[in-house]
Amino acid sequence: VKDSMRGLAVFISDIRNCKSKEAEEKRINKELANIRSKFKGDKALDGYQKKKYVCKLLFIFLLGNDIDFGHMEAVNLLNSNKYTEKQIGYLFISVLISENNELMRLVQQNLKNDLASRNPVHVNLALECIANIGSKEMAEMFAPEIPKLLVMGDAGDTVKQSAALCLLKLFRTAPEMVPIGDWTSRVIHLLNDQHMGVVTAAVSLIEALVKRNPDDFKGCVSLSISRLARIVTSSYTDLQDYTYYFVPAPWLSVKLLRLLQNYPPPEDTTVRNRLAECLETILNKAVEPPKSKKVQHSNAKNAVLFEAISLIIHMDSDPSLLVRACSQLGQFLSNRETNLRYLALESMCLLATSEFSHDAVKRHQETVVTALKSERDVSVRQRAVDLLYAMCDRSNAEEIVGEMLTYLETADYSIRGELVLKIAILAEKYASDYTWYVDTILNLIRLAGDFVSEEVWYRVIQIVINREDVQAYAAKTVFEALEAPACHENMVKVGGYILGEFGNLIAGDARSSPSTQFQLLHGKFHLCSPPTRALLLSAYIKLVNLFPEIREDIIAVLESDANLRNSNVEIQQRASEYLSLARNSTQDVLATVLEEMPPFPERESSILAQLRKKKPAVEDAIRARGEKQQQRPASGAADGAAASAAPTAATPTSGGGGGVKLQGDIAGAESNTDSDLLGLDFGGSAPAAAAGGGGAGGGSVDLLSSILDVGVSSSSSSSAAPSAASGASAQRKTVVVGAGASGSIVGEENWHKFVCKNSGVLYENDILQVGVKCDYQQSSGRIVVYYGNKTPAPLAQFASVINLPDSSLTNQLGIQVKPVGDRVGASEQVNEVITVDCMAEFSACPLLNIRFVYSGVAQSITLKLPLTINKFMQSSEMDSATFFQHWKQLSQPEQECQKIFQAKFPMDAETTKTKILGFGFSLLSNIDSNPANFVGAGIVQTKSGNIGSLFRLEPNQQAQMYRLTVHSIKPGVSKRLCELLETQL
Amino acid sequence: MIGGLFVYNHKGEVLISRVYRDDIGRNAVDAFRVNVIHARQQVRSPVTNIAHTSFFHIKRSNIWICAAAKKNVNAALVFQFLYKMVEVMGNYFGKINEDNIKNNFVLIYELLDEIMDYGYPQNTDTGILKTYITQQGIKSQTKEETTKITNQVTGQIAWRREGIKYRRNELFLDVIESVNLLMSPQGQVLSAHVSGRVQMKSFLSGMPECKFGINDKIVVDSKRQEPGATSGGGNLGGGGKAGHIAIDDCQFHQCVKLSKFDTEHAISFIPPDGEFELMRYRTTKDISLPFRVIPLVREIGRTKMEVKVVVKSNFKPSLLAQKVEVRIPTPLNTSGVQVICMKGKARYKASDNAIVWKIKRMGGMKEWQLSAEIDMLSATDKAKKWTRPPISMNFEVPFAPSGFKVRYLKVFESKLNYSDHDVIKWVRYIGKSGLYETRC
Repeated sequence: VKDSMRGLAVFISDIRNCKSKEAEEKRINKELANIRSKFKGDKALDGYQKKKYVCKLLFIFLLGNDIDFGHMEAVNLLNSNKYTEKQIGYLFISVLISENNELMRLVQQNLKNDLASRNPVHVNLALECIANIGSKEMAEMFAPEIPKLLVMGDAGDTVKQSAALCLLKLFRTAPEMVPIGDWTSRVIHLLNDQHMGVVTAAVSLIEALVKRNPDDFKGCVSLSISRLARIVTSSYTDLQDYTYYFVPAPWLSVKLLRLLQNYPPPEDTTVRNRLAECLETILNKAVEPPKSKKVQHSNAKNAVLFEAISLIIHMDSDPSLLVRACSQLGQFLSNRETNLRYLALESMCLLATSEFSHDAVKRHQETVVTALKSERDVSVRQRAVDLLYAMCDRSNAEEIVGEMLTYLETADYSIRGELVLKIAILAEKYASDYTWYVDTILNLIRLAGDFVSEEVWYRVIQIVINREDVQAYAAKTVFEALEAPACHENMVKVGGYILGEFGNLIAGDARSSPSTQFQLLHGKFHLCSPPTRALLLSAYIKLVNLFPEIREDIIAVLESDANLRNSNVEIQQRASEYLSLARNSTQDVLATVLEEMPPFPERESSILAQLRKKKPAVEDAIRARGEKQQQRPASGAADGAAASAAPTAATPTSGGGGGVKLQGDIAGAESNTDSDLLGLDFGGSAPAAAAGGGGAGGGSVDLLSSILDVGVSSSSSSSAAPSAASGASAQRKTVVVGAGASGSIVGEENWHKFVCKNSGVLYENDILQVGVKCDYQQSSGRIVVYYGNKTPAPLAQFASVINLPDSSLTNQLGIQVKPVGDRVGASEQVNEVITVDCMAEFSACPLLNIRFVYSGVAQSITLKLPLTINKFMQSSEMDSATFFQHWKQLSQPEQECQKIFQAKFPMDAETTKTKILGFGFSLLSNIDSNPANFVGAGIVQTKSGNIGSLFRLEPNQQAQMYRLTVHSIKPGVSKRLCELLETQL
Repeated sequence: MIGGLFVYNHKGEVLISRVYRDDIGRNAVDAFRVNVIHARQQVRSPVTNIAHTSFFHIKRSNIWICAAAKKNVNAALVFQFLYKMVEVMGNYFGKINEDNIKNNFVLIYELLDEIMDYGYPQNTDTGILKTYITQQGIKSQTKEETTKITNQVTGQIAWRREGIKYRRNELFLDVIESVNLLMSPQGQVLSAHVSGRVQMKSFLSGMPECKFGINDKIVVDSKRQEPGATSGGGNLGGGGKAGHIAIDDCQFHQCVKLSKFDTEHAISFIPPDGEFELMRYRTTKDISLPFRVIPLVREIGRTKMEVKVVVKSNFKPSLLAQKVEVRIPTPLNTSGVQVICMKGKARYKASDNAIVWKIKRMGGMKEWQLSAEIDMLSATDKAKKWTRPPISMNFEVPFAPSGFKVRYLKVFESKLNYSDHDVIKWVRYIGKSGLYETRC
């Protein structure tokens, strides 16, 4: 009875009964004073009292008051052996003690003791507290310990469960702190654990770990499939505690299914069949009548089902399953639950991109169209649009585009812009008849002109210019569209452009005589914005060329003050240039200057890129999968050329480039947007990525981030190309010894950056970008060099050779190269894998010579390979006694190297720390008496033996100088390390 | 142009809601509750603007009274009205609390109908209101009575009805002042002012005309030129140097003839029957401070503190101050207090974080002392330092600290046969503490 803490209950009920804030405050003040006097009092408090008061403090804190005492008492509670007292202590600590409180050390000691305790309850409390605090410091301290608990044979179920979750939390705060060791393989076997709780916790942990390095955990696939099979086949009575509203272990199932989505479908057929069986059972269960009317039952069931469907979509291998999933989703489309309809549409979107289920999805077209029209929730309508877009192909394009157009009139403003883009893309992609295309787009502009982006009408014009068969039709339709009393500015732009180019094709008709055309266009002129006016002026001068009979009218317009003296410089300039062109030039000159536009180079639709920019995630998923089935012709190559091609056509004629501008408007704008989207914009993105230390950048698809992406998953994808060429590489000598550096070495600054880090851009010019990503383990390393071609033309006779400038390097380094092919395609990137073994310590730096032919000119680039001795160094920890012992042992003059030098960078302790850690040394605290100094140790690992090294760095803030002392077993090593580190500080 | 009036209890439940104008919607009631009463952070400002609507609120015990206005109203007017309303309600049913409001539901709505019309304040004089809003149930009035009421309410002297008769003509005059002071630890006055009011209770027959004389500097100066001006009573407290005081500003009850005050500096009026506030004034010069507090705080280490407080009374020894109370704030981490005082009773009140020293009576020119030892718990978080709030004081003294004096009060009633000498007059001075603080 004494344990019931009556005082606390009374206090809480007092607070609840307070009539006003003031009364509450008074009551709290009184209680705080009471607790203070108790804590201060001479009488020692027993555990129960301490617990009670700490509890009260906790309650007061949670009411929103500051608590600035009682922390010590809470920490004292941790020493108690009673569960409740310990629990309250830990609770107080995880809620109230901040990370950098000085009591944290005491807490950590207690946590350590409890972790080592034999009482599983205590271990659990400690684990919970570690997870609740979850700071970086905690991760540093306990991340190495907890895995032991996880795989310890005799640990209780609850301990394993908590340990898995605690480790997950630490992994999320500081992934680098969680060590990789033999426990990782054993943690997979937790999936076989008897206790469902342990399995559930373990799956969450494994999924997080799998995201980091999937290869280490491949074994979990078969294990989780068998676990899943056991759950799926069990009836709801089997797993009593883990059955939720008649669904056996829904959370675990969902997690397992999600885990499997990290891997490709299993290769072993028995395993694969087993998985297929499981998925089938889940699909079967979905059609069974519900066992309960409760919403929780259907929610749990559907959660498992949807996860299963996304796994089916992810594997994309079993047609029958895909079709079944599709029909199941089809049923959901007409479900009463809005959420279900939303999810069904979303999943179907992905299904539609699979070749197996595309047709199955198409069967639901009608339902989706009705959903689009009648759905009340805008987000669901949005999904319906996405799905229609995804399911569209040549057979149903006209119908779907028609539906979308009708919907556009009533669509919500929020999705109109996207809808317009989608219609434009579909119309273009599946246009069998280009008159239909032109009709559709003009309709689009008419219906939702405000939402039609520039790209859409650029694209119409590109297509019309490139296809002779539609030009006359386009001119006629545009003319008719312009006849409407009110039309959108975009329509005027299209009209101006097309009539300017092809007005002559419809001039024969009396209804659209030249002067009518001009009057029609000019009727809109005053309502337009300056850019459109400028465009119209170009159209007029084109008309002068086409129809000499209306020349005088046009000259009058150009001459008017409104144009010739317009405040807008662009209009003014065009007016004056065109005016003199129209007045003075002969018909021949006019005809040359104002010639019809040459066809645009074929290229990827810019609209598609626009859409992708809007909704990166979904579109990429759809596109990536789309490309699998239909080999889309690679196109982006000619992009840059488009911008330059047009001006060159007209520059010789010195009329002022009248005709050019019109195309320049389009081509220029195009090349801007395109280059951004296709990732040719190296300048902007490279520094950003380099600064980020190689973290994959934002949404834009730039080349650099794709380098790094490939680097992560290189093992599987990159091996194909090099291995094909490896046969040939036997003859080609890839490593040259002793040859003097051919050409000067470039990219020296970038090289220095690599001393302390392992990935980034090594060199870059207008043609080529060289990125490097390296891994080192003990005495061997792997350097992957990525060559990215930034130009729209291929680089021929591409070859790279590694030069060893110092002949002694041959004995010190074992270098093997998997060379690249002799050609790097336009905007392509290839990689070269160099494996290095460090035989002995070395100081010279291998050179990388790259040769290729670009547009007929042979190029040669020599780079220093970022391979330095410190890359093979592993940091080592030691206490101060050992350190000083080693320091003294290595103090012979040749073993010691000392340098005093000026700081090259701002002297900031934090950056210096990261640099030193990146360099490979450990940082040892509490060794040097001066805390500003850095002291550390590392071991250089070579095939011929390990070389221990110690260093001490003394910064002098006033003089901006450093004194660096390195002690090492081998004299050369200390000198080289000293030199290298000097360059970094 | 007040749009509506709402009364809430402490939980924010609406007790009274009266909307006067259409521009205040129903949601205004909730808007105030959500944004002010239930606001996460205590709302200090008495005026809150929510969605282009201004809410003016006052609090009485646990009751929130709020006026809402869409138009740009004179805030002072609104508050004046709210205070008047509280006063009227108090006069009708005593203390304002939830139960009383609930019990007088109908009466309150009836009052609200009378004291405000279409958002414009009307007659808020309890005396008048009581003539036609009674608590004795519905009493049908004769036609003459109703016309009489109408005539009177709309007449020139709306605040007094005719035909009042008393056997004993009596008059009570209270001068009530509250002293506000902020003093530095060294005893330097940082700011001090007195706000006073003259409260009157009249039981006079007929329609008497009263003349009221005070020792205001301007009045005295103007009177001095006139021959035959009588000098005032004896010096009670410290008082003004030359026997007259400088009033910074003052305001009068509506019965005072302002034209006469402006031209002749004479306060002349026909008083309402019963209790009313005749005038209100404020002075800042030559205030005789009744008490001085001399604090001495010594911090001994981080866990101990010594406080010595001396209170000196600074008025005539024959006078007696009452209800003297000194509040000495203690640090927030106080764990124990030992107090020693010779006079009065002192106690550590944990709920207020203060030592409260109460002295029932204290004569003039005395000096009493309290000393205390405060034990503190060393806080884990050292960054926060105790800000040492000022020591505050409460008291009541039987004189006007501003030196305000009533020189005369004459009653003339020409029609009835009583003269000034027959009226029994009572004059009383009360000096109270407002915010009377000394920094330590």
